[in-house]
Amino acid sequence: MIINSRFFNRSELLGFLALAVLLFLVLPLSLDIFRLNLVAKYLTYAFVGIGLVLCWGYGGILSLGQGVFFGLGGYCMAMYLKLEASSVANTQIQSTPGIPDFMDWNQLTSLPFFWKPFHSFPVTLLAILLVPAVFALIIGAAMFKRRVGGVYFAIITQAIAAILTILIVGQQGYTGGINGITDLRTLHGWDIRTDHAKYILYFVEVALLFGCICAAQFIRLTKLGRILVAMREQEDRVRFSGYSVANFKIFAFCAAAVFAAIGGAMFTLEVGFMSPSFVGIVPSIEMVIYTAVGGRMSIFGAVWGALLVNFAKTSLSESFPQLWLFGLGALFIAVVLAFPNGLSGIWADHVQPRIDRLLASRKSKSAAGLIADGAPAE
Amino acid sequence: MFGDYSISDLGAILAMQGFAGLILFSVYVLMALGLAIIFGQMGVINMAHGEFMILGAYVTWMTSNAVQHVAPWLFPGYFFIAMILAFIASGALGMLVEWALIRHLYKRPLDTLLATWGLSLILQQAYRSIFGAREVGVELPEWMMGSWQATDSIQIPINGMFVMALTILITIAVAYVLFWSSWGKQVRAVVQNRVMAGAVGINTEKVDRYTFGLGCGIAGIAGSAFTMIGSTGPTAGQLYIVDTFLVVVFGGAASLFGTIASAFSISQTQSTLEFFLSGSMAKVITLLTIVAILMVRPQGLFALKVRK
Repeated sequence: MIINSRFFNRSELLGFLALAVLLFLVLPLSLDIFRLNLVAKYLTYAFVGIGLVLCWGYGGILSLGQGVFFGLGGYCMAMYLKLEASSVANTQIQSTPGIPDFMDWNQLTSLPFFWKPFHSFPVTLLAILLVPAVFALIIGAAMFKRRVGGVYFAIITQAIAAILTILIVGQQGYTGGINGITDLRTLHGWDIRTDHAKYILYFVEVALLFGCICAAQFIRLTKLGRILVAMREQEDRVRFSGYSVANFKIFAFCAAAVFAAIGGAMFTLEVGFMSPSFVGIVPSIEMVIYTAVGGRMSIFGAVWGALLVNFAKTSLSESFPQLWLFGLGALFIAVVLAFPNGLSGIWADHVQPRIDRLLASRKSKSAAGLIADGAPAE
Repeated sequence: MFGDYSISDLGAILAMQGFAGLILFSVYVLMALGLAIIFGQMGVINMAHGEFMILGAYVTWMTSNAVQHVAPWLFPGYFFIAMILAFIASGALGMLVEWALIRHLYKRPLDTLLATWGLSLILQQAYRSIFGAREVGVELPEWMMGSWQATDSIQIPINGMFVMALTILITIAVAYVLFWSSWGKQVRAVVQNRVMAGAVGINTEKVDRYTFGLGCGIAGIAGSAFTMIGSTGPTAGQLYIVDTFLVVVFGGAASLFGTIASAFSISQTQSTLEFFLSGSMAKVITLLTIVAILMVRPQGLFALKVRK
């Protein structure tokens, strides 16, 4: 394998620029704020997708519980926003003013201890990153140290997603139950519901997304990224070479969890609520679908996958609600059977060679012209 | 927790919750048996297993309606016809799916998971389009209604007993087919070493197809039994799929006995806890315990010793 010393090679740089132009210029200029907000919602799944590319595409660890981390990040943010929205002045009609409305409905009279840290904004930001990371560390350490992998890991992460959903729905007084945490208003005193705020949030999100893309690209290009690939292909050889396979897997899983959590926190800000329907098994598998469609080996593919599948979902389910699940199911089967590397694989196998050939034929023509002009016969 | 109950009350509660647990156990075993064959023996993760079960439930529902309209004299025994039809329908669909989808993916187990998830979405929407989004329930024949009064305080529903008897029968049948029939030997030979099994003249493709079909057919029977104790909707299969996978993994994937033992312990834990806690907390605690045990003992309760 040729190791590229540059951060992006030529085609990746093109991909990066194309995505940047689309997200920073084309979409904000061409869409109204409602549609742009939808795009922002789709992009929150791109964060999860980038994490999955690292952990599933490169590390070979399929997690069916990314919704857990998406949800943890989202809930951390939502708890902060909810506490801000339920100040004593706003909640005077409740029997206990100053606690979130759903707690009041469920006869709670004081704030539970795990809500208290979320009064502070810096602690919340820290929690968004740390809570999922620590959670992933515990799961990862318990599983990978015992060499649980592959199918078993997928099923157990899925079970964890199920457990968390049941827990959130069941503990209505502490979590808001099936409705989730709704009616969020301000972030640190700044109203997030206005159109202006939505524009700003969109750009913040896109900037964060590019930050995550660069971070993932950095991980991919370092020795760590190559060890991940080696582990996926021949785990035992890596182990025999003296690497601690478990630690690398734990790292990849934690990184994916943190990316997902950032996406979840942005989701809460963009959409204005968080509910268990973004935590459970179905959303977790859908997140894997986006990544698989985009291409499990391509960071940009994951972003495109999240954008395109969600766009198709919205437009199809708007006009043909019956067809949508058929379409999604068929798409998924087709991707797995025929295009295991997704859209980016199609691009790399069919589109890229043509472009290269086109460029190469031009180059060789001009090169041939040069030789004809200048070079003397041998 | 035990608060105001007297000893005899507690005994009756335990007996009745234990029996409720036994019904749950029957459903788990029926669903997990099919999955244990498909996942444990073939290594295919069939996320659409719940949908095969629901197919069986819908077939039962249709049979019950048809019998009521066409041949009411048959009604007391319609369930046996429905069960056979459910087995055939789910098994045939399973063989079709194996031919179209699964056989291309034997070397990529994680991808079977994704592809069958897509299949389950399609099937769910198909059920919704054909049968409607509302849950349907079958009418039980008279002899299955009511309950048996064991003592003053213990009542045992007859349909529950019927489902349990059915479970025992099917378990014995599956064990016989897998471990004593020559076809079962072929299945296990193919699973252990595909190339060698082919070399001694076993038609491995055919064995794969029938094994998958058998697993799906048993899921169909499970769905059929399921209609006896609950109603069926298009997405009901999804509710059980994670539990069922946990049952199979917890028992040790390749062990039939392990599957039964784990179904028993999981269902009993859950139904006993359900009486003292809310249903959701009982489920959370049960699932958490399983996950915790699996983290300590990833190979499950009864693992075959295999050299990797």
